[in-house]
Amino acid sequence: MAKKNNKNHQQLRVVIVGHVDHGKSTLIGRLLYDTDSLPDGKLEELEKASKRRGEEIEWSFVLDAFQAERDQAVTIDTTQIWFNTDAREYVIIDAPGHREFLKNMISGAAAADAAVLVVDAAEGVKEQTKRHAYMLHLLGLTQVAVVVNKMDLIGYDEQKFEAVSKDIKKYLGSIGLTPAFIVPISARNGDMIANRNDELAWYKGKNLIEVLDSFEISSPYTVHPLRFPVQDVYRFDNKKRIIVGRIETGVLNTGDELVFSPTNEKAIVTGIETWPKDEQRVSAKAGEVIGITLDQPIFVERGHIAAHKDTLPMLSNVFRANIFWLSHKPLKVGNTYTVRYGTSEARVTVQSIDNVIDTQDLGQEGAAHEVHRNEVAEITLRAKDLIPVDPYTDNMRTGRVVMYEGYDIAGGGAINMQGYPDQRTSGKPKSENIYAVSYLVDSDMRANRNGHYGGIFWFTGLSGAGKSTLAMAVEKELFDRGLNPYVLDGDNVRYGLNSDLGFSPEDRTENIRRVGEVAALQADSGLIVLTAFISPYQADRDRARKCKPQGFHEIYIKADVATCERRDPKGLYKKARKGEIKEFTGIDSPYESPVNPELVVDTETNDIETCVGQVVDYIIEHVKVEQSSRDPSETREKTFAIQ
Amino acid sequence: MHNYLDDLEAQSIYIIREAYNRIHPLGMLWSIGKDSTAMLWLVRKAFFGKVPFPLILLDTGMEMDEVYAFRDKLTEDWDLPVINHMCPPEEEMDQTLPPATRAAMRKTEGLKTLLKEHQYKGIICGIRRDEQGLRAKERVFSPRANDGSWDFKDQPAEFWDQYKTETPEGAHMRVHPILHWTEVDIWRYMQRENIPICDLYFARDGKRYRSLGEKNITFPVDSTASNIEEIIAELETTKTSERAGRTMDKETEDSFEKLRTQGYM
Repeated sequence: MAKKNNKNHQQLRVVIVGHVDHGKSTLIGRLLYDTDSLPDGKLEELEKASKRRGEEIEWSFVLDAFQAERDQAVTIDTTQIWFNTDAREYVIIDAPGHREFLKNMISGAAAADAAVLVVDAAEGVKEQTKRHAYMLHLLGLTQVAVVVNKMDLIGYDEQKFEAVSKDIKKYLGSIGLTPAFIVPISARNGDMIANRNDELAWYKGKNLIEVLDSFEISSPYTVHPLRFPVQDVYRFDNKKRIIVGRIETGVLNTGDELVFSPTNEKAIVTGIETWPKDEQRVSAKAGEVIGITLDQPIFVERGHIAAHKDTLPMLSNVFRANIFWLSHKPLKVGNTYTVRYGTSEARVTVQSIDNVIDTQDLGQEGAAHEVHRNEVAEITLRAKDLIPVDPYTDNMRTGRVVMYEGYDIAGGGAINMQGYPDQRTSGKPKSENIYAVSYLVDSDMRANRNGHYGGIFWFTGLSGAGKSTLAMAVEKELFDRGLNPYVLDGDNVRYGLNSDLGFSPEDRTENIRRVGEVAALQADSGLIVLTAFISPYQADRDRARKCKPQGFHEIYIKADVATCERRDPKGLYKKARKGEIKEFTGIDSPYESPVNPELVVDTETNDIETCVGQVVDYIIEHVKVEQSSRDPSETREKTFAIQ
Repeated sequence: MHNYLDDLEAQSIYIIREAYNRIHPLGMLWSIGKDSTAMLWLVRKAFFGKVPFPLILLDTGMEMDEVYAFRDKLTEDWDLPVINHMCPPEEEMDQTLPPATRAAMRKTEGLKTLLKEHQYKGIICGIRRDEQGLRAKERVFSPRANDGSWDFKDQPAEFWDQYKTETPEGAHMRVHPILHWTEVDIWRYMQRENIPICDLYFARDGKRYRSLGEKNITFPVDSTASNIEEIIAELETTKTSERAGRTMDKETEDSFEKLRTQGYM
């Protein structure tokens, strides 16, 4: 149906959304008629069908290929229609307005370059108007035009049009969308679609066709850092290995060194493979689907993401997402789902539902236990292993996930990594000339002399929960009983060992890594080490545990944010609330409660003596020497550099 | 130079590779017509000249002689893994259907026996959204129930290039890699890539086939377009629908719908 012979044939994909019965299908039918895009015989077919039903021409029937649909007078599914203006070619994605069918609207709108939001002039902004606008925003669409339809039914009244315009502008503004144009139209009569008419003489702006022609086709993300997710690895007929995929963002050249995530494997691109053969091909950019060969036979599989070494994606086992939920079954805390992003796939568990958002008044309904069908929410997801992630604000192509429930897509959303650290640490010593030495004094010998074993008692909790207070009191009590305790305290360590670190997620992680290592050395030397750090991330605490797996005890000092804020011993919450401290745990940076702590000490309901007693009893129970009952193999062999 | 055909091609190759990675065993319907032949070219691009799954012709014995000849030539030239699957005879079809719809039903039934015989979990199929209102509603990965039927009222969500790729035991997935192409896109691509094509598409004595079907139910349309360039010029001005020569679409208002919900391509 390509009528005009324009040169590049680039198509603009436009999605049409809006409340049920506000006239989307009629608008589409009319657009096709006004741009002379109806196939021969279609108009007659329409007239015939309308006559048979004893009605006037119903433009919406253009789209209604289904018998069932016509009978219900509800558009069932996303459909696509091609038409041309003098300027270029278009694909219309029709997104049905019935509340049940949000799934189809998203399937259509996610692929669009621009959107037209249809609002009934008489009815004004309704529930689905807002819901659909919110979805456009969540899907990242920024080119949005509003048409105020059925102007004929309100006598082409300018004041009424202005009132509806004001309403919709206000709502769109509140979600960060600015409509490029607001056009008064009558789809049924064809007013202000492709022409101008006397009744709307007061409107001086563009008609709908002119508006559409002013929109731009989304261009590929070539200026972003390279992201090349591996789609598959081919080795046909035992020939060379070819790694295939689509470049999501950035540019890839032969000779580039690629780092694959999450494995950290590196290799150099030796060639870009094509069929039929094109020897000239040395570069490929965002949007292109390619195959490459590498200089090293490194392990690469589907889901790995290739990038350049200075602009790697983050690695994390936890991330937040702003999601929409489509499944009939609610999303629940503790449920496990499969997420897919690019070609990667991971199993994730819903750690928390941080906020459910009311798309009508944008009210934050706060933490919840469930997200229901067609709701929008902020959730925190946890994976078993580290996975490569990009925040959506950095990369709109790779920073989004689709959630599966069984075989079916159940939701999707944008990744938000605010407050979470990059967990990409090699974990291996930087120097290669490192050899472990064995001690001649083992932990049993030390325990026999000291009267107790060493160990790490890792206190974690919010600022103000009582970690330092308890640690100091417990240390004194143990010391008085003749044991050898020592407290590693957050603030004290930051004066010396960690004076080069701040409070960014990455620095917090490094802070805890060093403390974990120091604590392990001290515990090996026979001390009872008490650490008092917020240590907000489970991943960091798990890493500290790996320094001394047998003698590590995670102790959750439990008090909620409200309680801690009331205590506020250092006045920090007050500063954080004023915005004087950024990334303060519990306020604008997350705290992840221990998943499976050895001991929970509730400082909200118990007084300090009770808490101290509880911890002291626990420690003594776990460090005491029982005659020849301990397995000496638990001694951790430390490694020292010999250079 | 970058061209919009590169974008269409990239999207299709991505989908073909996705199907090959996620669905086993996989087969592709090759009707020898322009769409599935263009798609075959895309498959060869996707796999660097190789065709890693069988190409299936649902054969009614009623294809035109030129079609069979073209199949044989390409199969030999390109060394293609072709399966010629015979459809059940027309006498076994529902006799209440109008004659052309009944003839088309043979392909649907042929596909069912094929699936049974080979246990395919996925069938790649070269339909396009612009062909027909019903096909406009299709998904790229479109699940079919155990009896082959299509539930158009409850189709899976599909966005951000993520698809539903798994189906329960006994069901299968239709994969549509060129769903987003239009008729004229196909011809422009054929021209650019120099893809061989059955010459029934070119006008002889003022008529040409715009769409190839069985000889008893497909008719040529008026045209003087005798090469691809002229076909493109013709399509850029025509307002006649592509399937105008396909009688089965037109017998009743919903005949094509009935065919498709029961498993037709």
